[in-house]
Amino acid sequence: MSIEVRHLTHTYGEGSALSTVALNDISFTIQEGEFVGIVGHTGSGKSTLVQHLNGLLKPTSGQVLVDGEDLNGEKVNRRVLRQRIGLVFQYPEYQLFEETVAKDIAFGPKNQGLSTAKIDARVHHAMESVHLDYQKYAEKSPFELSGGQMRRVAIAGVLAMAPKVLILDEPTAGLDPRGRDRILSMLEELRDREHTTILMVSHSMEDMARLATRLLVIAEGKLVADDTPRAVFARPDLLTRIGLDVPEAAKLCAALRGKGYDLPPDLYRMEEVRNALLALWKGADPC
Amino acid sequence: MLNNITMGQYYPVDSPVHRLDPRVKLILTIAFIVAVFLVHTIWGYLLIAGFVYAVSRLARLPLKMLIRGLRPLRMILLLTFLLNLFFTAGDTVLLSFWVIRITREALRQAVFYSLRLVFLVLGTSILTLTTSPVALSDALEILLSPLKKIHFPAHELAMMMTIALRFIPTLLDETDKIMKAQMARGADFESGNLISRAKSMIPLLVPLFVSAFRRAGDLAMAMESRCYHGGEGRTRFRVLKLTRQDALACGCMALLIGLIVLEGILLR
Repeated sequence: MSIEVRHLTHTYGEGSALSTVALNDISFTIQEGEFVGIVGHTGSGKSTLVQHLNGLLKPTSGQVLVDGEDLNGEKVNRRVLRQRIGLVFQYPEYQLFEETVAKDIAFGPKNQGLSTAKIDARVHHAMESVHLDYQKYAEKSPFELSGGQMRRVAIAGVLAMAPKVLILDEPTAGLDPRGRDRILSMLEELRDREHTTILMVSHSMEDMARLATRLLVIAEGKLVADDTPRAVFARPDLLTRIGLDVPEAAKLCAALRGKGYDLPPDLYRMEEVRNALLALWKGADPC
Repeated sequence: MLNNITMGQYYPVDSPVHRLDPRVKLILTIAFIVAVFLVHTIWGYLLIAGFVYAVSRLARLPLKMLIRGLRPLRMILLLTFLLNLFFTAGDTVLLSFWVIRITREALRQAVFYSLRLVFLVLGTSILTLTTSPVALSDALEILLSPLKKIHFPAHELAMMMTIALRFIPTLLDETDKIMKAQMARGADFESGNLISRAKSMIPLLVPLFVSAFRRAGDLAMAMESRCYHGGEGRTRFRVLKLTRQDALACGCMALLIGLIVLEGILLR
């Protein structure tokens, strides 16, 4: 399933005195199996962009094509489409409403009109995917869980619809390091095991360095870069200018290069930097 | 999705009318309402119309926006007009067929009553369009504070109003967000019969209530940790002061009322 965005522009409050252009002529295509990171400063239009990708917002102009079909065309059943393109909102734990975790996760598949047995299987599978023990948590109220657990329940609620594409809007915001790590490794598994196409919005360059195979950089509603993380992180000037940062490893690498160490300019993962340093060490004569 | 609900409808531009003391504006609006009720001739309405036009120009309000405020009232206006037209007694028959009889007096009354309604709405819209809700509840608190002597909770009332107004946009945003989140999970808020629609609101209302309570708790905590303990002995960050412009505005209103009274005596 591919998603193509063509000249997408979105203006909030069009025609009124307070209208703002949130997205300005954005175009890109996402292929099946990619892990795309969308980065940008607060208010750059990231959240607006992802809401277009499953038809929750309508473009002011431009198109969103899913498998070549216009998402906002007249014949498209957007409800069905939304189930194939799962969207996890920012702070999704605030959308929980059912009495038990299992019931809440079942909300999506139930809306798909599946049989009870199938719904059950989906709930089991989704809970397993987010590392929540079914026996322990299924019958608990979602409101008595911790923040990180609630978030995983909410993500499971979207996964239970078995979407082909999963879009997450800042899934790690406000979580402690452990909660964050859990979510990230869960996404890693989803990518590797189920080959789900994943789009993730985040401020965290560390998260992006770990997972993304491609980065879309957005600033003030415009797409300013669309490249591999390696190419994007090799341009720290661009990222700093729009209020973002490069991963710690890339910073360390730049600092060492400044001190005269002969390291490649485009390293951004800790292991890479370590290996490069070790190689340098072995090659050089240890005085 | 919920953007078409404009609450408080404050139109944030800078103008002499916006800068007026909210207390003065509130009182002048009441005076304006009285003035509208004093009018009994078409010349009086012309005067009022001229005044409304002049003030809205001065306040830099788009006329379109003012007119839009009348839209929710159109049924009531129509009803007022028709009822007065058909059921007012009079002598000079203008038109009559079948059981319908329209008299000169009835037409006059229908037009005047409708105009009165229109100007009442326009006048109060100018107040709400040029005064932020917070300023308005401030003004209300000060104007009601003499009633504190008889234990009327003026401060508490104004504080409640301010908080409620402050949270309307927040809760609207929240509703919009939760609605979208549930729609992303395949929820359907639009189709079905009454019962299934009511049921479909549960996934929206439960999280909304949970978050409203959470916010209320947070806010109470934040207020208490900043030593809020009711209105007693509280001073203001922004002290309202009357200026020459306020006096000028009062003068204009007095002139308007004077003219209307005069015109009522002379032209009747």
